[in-house]
Amino acid sequence: MRPSCTLQSAVKTFGGVCAVDNVTLSFPFGMITGIIGPNGSGKSTIVHGMSGVVPFDSGIVHIGGIALPISSPYDAYQRGICRTFQEVRVFEHMTVRENLLLMLAQRTIGGSLCEHTHTTLTKKVDDALSRVGLDGKQHEYAEKLSYGQRKLLEIARILLLDASAVVLFDEPFAGLFKVSIEKVREIILELKDQGKAIVLIEHNMELIRELSDHLVVMDGGIVLAQGIPHEVLSLPRVIEAYIGK
Amino acid sequence: MDYLIHLAILFSIYAMLGITLNVLVGYTGLLSVSHASFFGIGAYGTALLMVDAHWNFFPALMLASIVGGMIAYMIGCVLSRFRDDYYALGSLGLNVIIFSFFLNLQTITRGPLGIPGIVRPNIGSFHFSENSMFLALVLCALALLWMFFHHVTRSSFGMVLRAIREDEDAIQVFGYRTHFFKLAIFVLSAMGASIAGAFFASYISYIDPFSFTVNESVFLLALIILGGLASHTGSVLGALIFVLLPEALRFVGFPQEYAAQMRQLVYGVLLIILVLYRPRGIAGTYTF
Ligand SMILES: Nc1ncnc2c1ncn2[C@@H]1O[C@H](COP(=O)(O)OP(=O)(O)O)[C@@H](O)[C@H]1O
Ligand SMILES: [Mg+2]
Repeated sequence: MRPSCTLQSAVKTFGGVCAVDNVTLSFPFGMITGIIGPNGSGKSTIVHGMSGVVPFDSGIVHIGGIALPISSPYDAYQRGICRTFQEVRVFEHMTVRENLLLMLAQRTIGGSLCEHTHTTLTKKVDDALSRVGLDGKQHEYAEKLSYGQRKLLEIARILLLDASAVVLFDEPFAGLFKVSIEKVREIILELKDQGKAIVLIEHNMELIRELSDHLVVMDGGIVLAQGIPHEVLSLPRVIEAYIGK
Repeated sequence: MDYLIHLAILFSIYAMLGITLNVLVGYTGLLSVSHASFFGIGAYGTALLMVDAHWNFFPALMLASIVGGMIAYMIGCVLSRFRDDYYALGSLGLNVIIFSFFLNLQTITRGPLGIPGIVRPNIGSFHFSENSMFLALVLCALALLWMFFHHVTRSSFGMVLRAIREDEDAIQVFGYRTHFFKLAIFVLSAMGASIAGAFFASYISYIDPFSFTVNESVFLLALIILGGLASHTGSVLGALIFVLLPEALRFVGFPQEYAAQMRQLVYGVLLIILVLYRPRGIAGTYTF
């Protein structure tokens, strides 16, 4: 069996609502695990929990055989977990270039005070920019970009996080035109080939079928089914819960 | 001429306060209502060291600024966990507390009586007692402070501060422990305000607690909002307006006794006009 990142017994409740109800999942490295499910089934809650943005009430993440609770975004970052946001969250009032430079800058106070990323680190940023076709926009404020371009900027940030081991994509294709979809698809496949564990939440069935090596179906905070994509998608209970709607 | 020099000195002190507050409010998005308290700590620290312990101005300034930074560090450890309204409220509370220390620690600060007899700086036998000499000194300090904070905001550190202002949760995802960054800029800002306080104390030679009230902190906020957030030039412009406005009012013929109240009014009107027509302030790069 491939080494993997495992989420064990994750629980998250909001008031009385159990958004994620004792979910255990395994995300193998070098593979894409698709997650589908109706709106409100707890997909984003899993991403928030694993990235420490909204920590789980309980639940443990195993990476490389070590068990770790994730109680803050810093914990997640330290363990090589990175993510994109379903609702785009770029730094609106900063330039496109600065949005990317932030991925490469020093994380410590002293280090960052002595560093001028504006003049160094240019090559990597240029590469990432051209990968998503934003070369021409690098000095514009992110708020000036179209929705699709901001989404691409979010994806480009991931490209610069070399140390990441697990990448959580929360609906990366939503609202994108065909050309952009193609770019994002290539990037996801490239990250997979680098041996990272990819988690892909997506509503577009065609893309899910094509990209996922393993498919998880969520419904009401629990895992309804999982397995090989075309098999899972033909299960009657999956069709009823998801595709039937 | 002497009066112009007096205005220029006041301007330099307010410009220092503006620049050091703007890094917190404009760049990092932390609405701090406690700047006057660090201004006060610098002023009191310098005054006490010079009057009671007969220190030279320059080491007194340094120690006062370090004390300001240490107090900021202790409070900042708690305050940096907050954001938005809670940050504003917490910092306001801090200003109230520090003000009441100035007022009530009578054995040290002499309470409402204040501290008189603070002398001008000197290096050996050279005394900056002429106002023009003092102006040269305070302008040097302003220039150094400006250069320092220009460097801070241009560095990666400054970029992270702006990212915190934009979306603190999102920048945390990329491994930045934002409360340390918020703490660091709070301390740097407080140290800068303390330096301004040192010059203030030495210049007017007498300080009392009422120069360091919450009102004064709010006034400084108005100053940088008017001048422009997230811009050093904006802070300096704000200070210029702050100092020149009362003069302009007097020039158009308002009697002295009304000028003070008029200043508040004109300030209010200016702020409202600005918010309506130019929310970035005069030279700002960012709208709250
Ligand atoms: N911050 C929150 N407060 C209250 N309820 C929430 C919050 N976030 C998510 N939920 C609830 O948790 C459930 C799962 O949401 P989510 O994980 O966003 O679903 P999706 O599968 O569409 O991404 C939903 O019922 C949603 O209403
Ligand atoms: Mg979602």
